Amino acid sequence: MIPTRPPSASTLPLAGKGLIWRASLLGAGLLVLIHAHASALTAYVSNEKSNSVSVIDVDKLAVVKTIKVGQRPRGIELSKDGKFILVAVGDDDTIQMIDSNTHEIVATLPSGPDPELFAQDPSGKILYVANESDNTVTIIDMTTRARIGEVQVGVEPEGMGLSPDGKILVNTSETTNMAHFIDTQTRQIVANVLVDARPRFAQFKPDGSELWVSSEIGGTVSVIDPVKHEVTAKIAFEIPGLRKEAIQAVGIAISNDGRTAFVALGPANRVAVINAATHAVEKYLLVGQRVWHMAFTPDEKYLLTTNGVSNDVSVIDVASLKVIKTIQVGELPWGVAISRQ
Amino acid sequence: MVACANAAEIRIGYLRQMQSKAHLSLIKIPADDDGLAGARLAISDDNTTGKFLNQQFSLEDARVGEGDDPAAATLALAERGVALVLADLPADALLKAAAAGRTRDLLFFNVGAIDDRLREEECRGNVIHVAPTRSMLADALAQYLVWKQWRRWFLIVGSHPPDKLYADALRRSAKRFGARLVQEKVFEDTGGARRTDSGIAQIQRQLPVFTQGAPAYDVLVAADESEVFASYLPYRTWDPRPVAGSAGLIATTWDAAHDQWGAVQMQSRFMKMFGRRMGARDMQAWTGVRMIGESASRTLSVDPRALLDFLRGPEFALAAFKGQRLTLRDWNLQLRQPILLSDGTMVVSVSPQEGFMHQVSELDTLGVDRPETKCRLN
Repeated sequence: MIPTRPPSASTLPLAGKGLIWRASLLGAGLLVLIHAHASALTAYVSNEKSNSVSVIDVDKLAVVKTIKVGQRPRGIELSKDGKFILVAVGDDDTIQMIDSNTHEIVATLPSGPDPELFAQDPSGKILYVANESDNTVTIIDMTTRARIGEVQVGVEPEGMGLSPDGKILVNTSETTNMAHFIDTQTRQIVANVLVDARPRFAQFKPDGSELWVSSEIGGTVSVIDPVKHEVTAKIAFEIPGLRKEAIQAVGIAISNDGRTAFVALGPANRVAVINAATHAVEKYLLVGQRVWHMAFTPDEKYLLTTNGVSNDVSVIDVASLKVIKTIQVGELPWGVAISRQ
Repeated sequence: MVACANAAEIRIGYLRQMQSKAHLSLIKIPADDDGLAGARLAISDDNTTGKFLNQQFSLEDARVGEGDDPAAATLALAERGVALVLADLPADALLKAAAAGRTRDLLFFNVGAIDDRLREEECRGNVIHVAPTRSMLADALAQYLVWKQWRRWFLIVGSHPPDKLYADALRRSAKRFGARLVQEKVFEDTGGARRTDSGIAQIQRQLPVFTQGAPAYDVLVAADESEVFASYLPYRTWDPRPVAGSAGLIATTWDAAHDQWGAVQMQSRFMKMFGRRMGARDMQAWTGVRMIGESASRTLSVDPRALLDFLRGPEFALAAFKGQRLTLRDWNLQLRQPILLSDGTMVVSVSPQEGFMHQVSELDTLGVDRPETKCRLN
């Protein structure tokens, strides 16, 4: 699932001063080298058209490297142990594992055809993959890296959201227009909830009390009670001067305290800021063109957005709700994941 | 979730008259299941959704020959429990079917006829139009040509009635969007075969001469729905100019090369199921059956009246790989939709073009808009 936030975002000590101090004894050239390693955060952006992943140093807010990957990279996430960047390369029918230290592709996963988005269980042992072309969710054991099962869902499965306790997997199907609730123990569908057209993304609130599902063509976010399996609220968006067809809801990011949500509005080129308790839209932030997915830094200081048509990433300062920087990446940036190294 | 134990059955009729196979290019000749295949794919999609809602969809293919009575075929479908009919018929046959269907409360989805009159003077309250109109297609093309600043058009029109209708639509579009017809010429169909063993030698001499002596123009626009001459024009005009309309750059609802907005999934599903590429009529039929599936899943009803109310209401929005929602014009039951512009190998652009504004929906810059409509639904 994207955006990704590694768990327990609170306390890793900022890697640091000691390293830099030591480095300074060794001369400036090495300082830069070691600083890159000591840098707290790295963002990885999948570029759907370039077949690459841009590596962004989040301290410098600059691209430091580009990794060549397979064809049509979209869904991207960090493995729970932080050792790998997982990137779904749909046209190669696989998920590639990139070593987060060496940035080398070290393995591939039997994802099934045309993988797009995926979710890991809280332990990081199981990966659930949406296969767009055959109405299936594929289940992969991350220890053996083998396919261990599948669940039949609706037409064109896309969004994948796991409940915080890992018991319920929600998959959204784009042409069936449903959120399918799957019991991860029995691997059976336990409920189906209709949402607006072309659901793209599913995200539980951190306390598991609500499931949010965005509908790209419908242009709304459905708030679903995950116990009753009912839509309890629908968030719509209105932006003066923009025709309603251009407002399309895609990526969702909810802050760890569950108070604030951000929804990427695609060709509206804006991110909506939503009071997650009242579901009221409080602000629209102008970002790059066709904003798609987002990821918080672990400290939630920044929210990074991928902007497909303008080929860049917008950096939102979460406290001030301002876009503070735009970073050029590859062509058609799609997803983003952020690691601590 | 639906409460009933037995699956609700939704039988959809596919009423069709086989299309003409007279095409200049072999690759344009329609497959026998052109259209029908799209409907079948949508039935499969609807059933995947339906299994979660206890709804089951099925399709019944009903062919009518040119001499057959479409009214009788319609009533026969009604006898077999069909209440929803996809119609791929010429305009007059469709009107006869719709009149017969009215007595049995049938709801029709026109997936083939592009005639504006079916949405205007002769609109019907029980016919939803999935196929675009000629005026929508012409407007989509004109917006792009004007955006390209190719405003001076040399129009060549075929001698058959549909060619003239398309030419009328193109003239209207030119006027709406600021293009100018610098010359018009009719290409008379004098008969003869479309296929000969050494035809190219003659065509290569005839077409340059036919297009010789035109005033300065930017683009040659051909109206030739009858497939008599337009495909001969590209690369053979006297002046080196691009061709658009019925050849060259063509306005359509679907193209086998369309790959944006998730369309690749659709293309590969279709290819896997039918072993051929998906065409415009397939897409129109897919869209029609998906409209039925969508409205049935939202209303949990199989009643045509309930489905129609939902489809023309504000809640209906269909995702169809065009980058934005498709909705229904409630004044004449025409589906609003973006139109692709294809050169036969690639999708060159998608209209409406940027900058053509509208107070309700930019999709309403394509075709006859509400203030101009002659439709009075009853």
